[in-house]
Amino acid sequence: MSVTSTATGTPRHSDGPAPDTPHIVPVRHWGRAVAAVAAVAALAGLIGSLARNGNLHWDVIGHYLFAGLVFDGLATTLWLTAAAMTLGLVLGTLVAVLRLSEDPVLYGLSSLFVWVFRGTPLLVQIIFWGYAGALYKHVMIGIPFTGVTFFQADTNSLLTPSVAALLALGLNEAAYASEIVRAGIQSVDVGQTEAAHSLGMRPALTMRRIVLPQAMRVIIPPLGNETINMLKMTALVSVIAAHDLMSNIQDVYGQNYQVIPMLVVASLWYLALVSLLSLPQTWLERRYGRGTARGAAASPLRRLCGGLLTGTRTRTRKDPAR
Amino acid sequence: MVHAEGVRKHFGRLQVLKGIDLTVERGQVCCLLGPSGSGKSTFLRCVNHLERADGGRLRVDGEPVGYREQGSRLHELREREVAARRRDIGMVFQRFNLFPHLTALENVMEAPVKVTGTARTEARDDALRLLRQVGLADRAGHYPAQLSGGQQQRVAIARALAMKPKLMLFDEPTSALDPELVGDVLDVMRGLAEDGMTMVVVTHEIGFAREVADLAVFMDEGVVVESGDPRRVLVEPEQERTRAFLSKVL
Ligand SMILES: Nc1ncnc2c1ncn2[C@@H]1O[C@H](COP(=O)(O)OP(=O)(O)OP(=O)(O)O)[C@@H](O)[C@H]1O
Ligand SMILES: [Mg+2]
Repeated sequence: MSVTSTATGTPRHSDGPAPDTPHIVPVRHWGRAVAAVAAVAALAGLIGSLARNGNLHWDVIGHYLFAGLVFDGLATTLWLTAAAMTLGLVLGTLVAVLRLSEDPVLYGLSSLFVWVFRGTPLLVQIIFWGYAGALYKHVMIGIPFTGVTFFQADTNSLLTPSVAALLALGLNEAAYASEIVRAGIQSVDVGQTEAAHSLGMRPALTMRRIVLPQAMRVIIPPLGNETINMLKMTALVSVIAAHDLMSNIQDVYGQNYQVIPMLVVASLWYLALVSLLSLPQTWLERRYGRGTARGAAASPLRRLCGGLLTGTRTRTRKDPAR
Repeated sequence: MVHAEGVRKHFGRLQVLKGIDLTVERGQVCCLLGPSGSGKSTFLRCVNHLERADGGRLRVDGEPVGYREQGSRLHELREREVAARRRDIGMVFQRFNLFPHLTALENVMEAPVKVTGTARTEARDDALRLLRQVGLADRAGHYPAQLSGGQQQRVAIARALAMKPKLMLFDEPTSALDPELVGDVLDVMRGLAEDGMTMVVVTHEIGFAREVADLAVFMDEGVVVESGDPRRVLVEPEQERTRAFLSKVL
């Protein structure tokens, strides 16, 4: 340890020593370096043993990893994730706003919605939507108890497996997203709403322009989690044969009995997609972090390498210019 | 411009305003003084309907606050109409309440563009002129977090002025500021008063009140104890309560 107090006052950290500042030696974390080497060695051993394991059938994995069937499933999984998240977010935001409204009817209905869709297992909801045709043969829109109908259709032609999957995932997501959005809205200071109102902004405009953009900072990290979760939860819709990645993988191992290799194929793809999904999240967090003193964190790679030996993990900070 | 007769307000069982009588004419500056909890903020918030008065009569610019008058009846205003009325009343808060996700310029432009539908270029010119007026032309692109308290409060004043209000309400605009920053904000307010803006100012700045106000109102426990010419009320008050308060503040 070097003595850090100088005649001129506060010491600088590695900005290149000023002429009158003594050279500063940061704390060395030798234990951290040793642990890193050990961890890398252990991982290399594990990968090596997996690579040499004949029971894994690497040839099968290689054959199916880029098969057309797998790509078709991937496409379905991706659009299902995107569509269900969109439905969930739009509906969830609406439900969140309704739950915060003073109108007792709107509050009651939105609470009921959350209670039902959050309180029952997703798997049950998927099966329910998939087999709704057994419950109601026809759907119709009309005036109850009068026999007047405007629209009528056969349930099974309307609720195809894809539509059922989308409804199940989207409605379930809306229930969860609404709670996230509600917490975000409530995290914004009431002074913001009052300031907007005092300028003559109406409640809806205030929500859209002032409150929600600020709530985003609180909403985005858990929503990133929800999206990643959604991507994997789409696998559940294989129970109603919605032709997502998991359904197609199951179809294959139902025939060739290569269960483990096929599951490895699926896992590799899910892992790849989840990794890709983290990118937009970082970007969004930066965008909605505007105006806050603490800027975005450094990239994960830099954090991993930067702090290995010298104590502090690197962090960039937007310094407000005064 | 502001006419209050017996305005009452309670929160639960707590009677906060027990009948406030107050008249502020067009172009006048009224300073509201009084100890903490006397109901000054509550009264100010009633004037632009952030809080709803439960009794008495309260009119701004001839119209009853929160109602539309038809014959002898008062019809409660809808959300849209309440918002429209508030455009004419600017408000400045103790804690600034600038929108942190918008720059100073965007804070000032927001309401003219989104509420009044002013064209962006025109709103931008107006906003820059207002920022110049409060001495912050060079800070237009800064976010609130990058401004000092005094600068934030001056942006907040510019933001309220952008709607071209007929009446400005200030709720302790300098109470959250470091002493050396208070002067800049008071200077801006003095300038507004000279330009003939009607203002109701809750403040503990006795010097400012004496110098700028046309009317000083001393409130305590939800009633107006004494009001009139600030050179009388704030220099040689008639009421014992006013005297006691002034001796503590000065
Ligand atoms: N929303 C509210 N709910 C319940 N009580 C309230 C509410 N707002 C204000 N009060 C109470 O009303 C009383 C008057 O408050 P008000 O903010 O008007 O006082 P003030 O004169 O502005 O005081 P200060 O100088 O401290 O700002 C206080 O006792 C306060 O606790
Ligand atoms: Mg107050």
